[in-house]
Amino acid sequence: MVSSVARFAAGLLAVTSAAIFAADGPALAQSSVKIGYALSRTGPNAGGAAVTTLPNYEMWVKEVNAAGGLKLGDKRVPIEVVQYDDRSSAEEAARALERLITQDKVDFILPPWGTGLNLAVGPILNKAGYPHLAATAVTDRAPELAKRWPNSFWLLGTSAGAANTLVDLLVKLRGEGKIGDTVAMVSVADGFGIDLSGAARPALTKANFKLAYDKAYPVGTQDLSPIVNEIKALNPDVFIAFSYPPDTLGITEQARIAGFNPKIFCTGVGTAFPLFMQKFGANAEGVMGIGGWNGDSAPIKDYLARHKAASPNGAEPDRWASAVTYASLQMLQQAIERVGKIDREAVIKDLQTETFDTVIGKVKFENNLPTKYWWVGQWQGGEFYGVGPATNEGARAPIIPKPAWKAE
Amino acid sequence: MTNAVFTGLMLGGMYALIAMGLTLQYGVARIMNLSYGEFLVAAAFASYWLFTGWALNPLIGLALVIPLGFGASYILYRILLTPLVRRARTRDALEVDSILATFGMMFIVQGIMLAMFGGAYFSYSFLAIPVNLFGEILALNRLIAFGLAVAVGLALYLALTRTRLGTAIRAVAADPAAAQLVAIDVVRISAFSFALGGALVAAAGVLISMFLTFSASSGVIFTMKALIVVVMGGVGNLLGCLIAGLALGLSESLVATFIDPGLTLAVNFALFLGVLLVKPAGLFGRAQR
Repeated sequence: MVSSVARFAAGLLAVTSAAIFAADGPALAQSSVKIGYALSRTGPNAGGAAVTTLPNYEMWVKEVNAAGGLKLGDKRVPIEVVQYDDRSSAEEAARALERLITQDKVDFILPPWGTGLNLAVGPILNKAGYPHLAATAVTDRAPELAKRWPNSFWLLGTSAGAANTLVDLLVKLRGEGKIGDTVAMVSVADGFGIDLSGAARPALTKANFKLAYDKAYPVGTQDLSPIVNEIKALNPDVFIAFSYPPDTLGITEQARIAGFNPKIFCTGVGTAFPLFMQKFGANAEGVMGIGGWNGDSAPIKDYLARHKAASPNGAEPDRWASAVTYASLQMLQQAIERVGKIDREAVIKDLQTETFDTVIGKVKFENNLPTKYWWVGQWQGGEFYGVGPATNEGARAPIIPKPAWKAE
Repeated sequence: MTNAVFTGLMLGGMYALIAMGLTLQYGVARIMNLSYGEFLVAAAFASYWLFTGWALNPLIGLALVIPLGFGASYILYRILLTPLVRRARTRDALEVDSILATFGMMFIVQGIMLAMFGGAYFSYSFLAIPVNLFGEILALNRLIAFGLAVAVGLALYLALTRTRLGTAIRAVAADPAAAQLVAIDVVRISAFSFALGGALVAAAGVLISMFLTFSASSGVIFTMKALIVVVMGGVGNLLGCLIAGLALGLSESLVATFIDPGLTLAVNFALFLGVLLVKPAGLFGRAQR
């Protein structure tokens, strides 16, 4: 019976090694630009990475190589990819990046998905002097981190920025007499929910909103109807959920079933996912959420079409960090091509100082942070448009009050 | 109050539904199946695929997915697990071996799903219709899942206590060595129970896919939940499974409504711990000698 155990062990090994998608082939100097990344292909982060990050990395590499490669000086050099699975673990991500740096000796590294992992790999990329374009991290420490690690750029900004934009919008709508004073807020008891509710709470109080409900629920809660039912009984004008994708869908579904239809219905991560539109169809109309983009701009429309064409199943990008992720790749490419050689220090310098032309418009970093973000979006006619900050180019006016839920 | 009780009952029914297959696999076949949640998610994917690709009603899809779950589990037991059963000297040894083997199985099933569907979240809308029950509004899909959980739980309980095959299954669960003495084919009964567990987990997967968002990597959540319910109810006892599931669901919903949703997990585990302190073998379990 030992043989069956050995067979099984061999099978296990085969699976484990299959999980590492290392591309091989010798790296001759200047014949290719080696780009490495470790993404969460498995584990709890896989859902986010599979929607927002991986398709953009793959699409960008495909597009660059189809054009002959990155332009270094007067010749084009194709990209060679080395990739690993970080299994959604910070230790694994750190190990994979160490390996990319010391063993695979890649020229550039693309960051992992999510706030936690980007914070975890920050010191490693800083020490090794690689540019770090964190396109999927929301953290209040972004300004401080950008200062501490001058090689790092935080493209999604801070949770305080998100919360304040939302509250500013609420204040404006209240001023116009479109909404009242009562707000119900619920948040997931995890990084994102804690940060966002922590920033929104004082901002709401300061703006004299009445917080009728303010509670947190644990990650992975499978039935959110007690929360929705209780909030419905309070009859607030504004409902805010700083939720994760499964909860975002669950809360919205339950609100529809319970007939809870506040003037503003705003949910968290996942509202901007194409899955949201797929699931709710016409019922998505008027739902607000975190994220958004300038859906009317030509570069975004073009990006959407290319993204659909590039994914094997015609998947659409999400309407928040996807375009930002793609823009970060465009910036990296423009910086590398402007420098004209593999000189990471010069590329970082270029990123810090120059202006970049991207799908999300012109981007110029100030202290390693962009100056514009989309924080609040709303589903309008099948597209998730940015509505806040209202000063952004292409910001739409929000539809208030949210239309009633339609019966199936 | 009534609303909290109703939602709690429905959540509890879902927990019981998730756990019933595991109680058969662990209680009778003595396979501590760590890949249980992956099979549940696989069934959810099957249902998703049938619904979105073929416009097949998930409730009709059950007729396809349940036999498939039964067959796949049977083959799995015969090929992968029977060698382990044969060489195991004691039941404890089999438990340890099966944990290792199914831990590996977990990665294989998960890997296949990742390759087929990718890592993104999946969800679809089916029967998400409000139903008015005693003045409370409930979702029809959750109500159906609850009804089926109770029906299946009771039917299986009756089958196990009233039929010959059921008695044989319980005999194997109680004492496989003695069961052989009364001409029960223990290997066959074990394989059948494991496969029956597979059929149940497939049914659970299809039903919960109607209202939960899932991804290829969400299996472990269900394995954990099922394990808590199974251990709390008494390993191998379907009625215990139902009661434990309902108790957990009710406590979760009542706490979320009247105290704080942040405490649901704490209350779940406190309840679990409390039951095990008073009855170490679970609510309906009998202490092993």
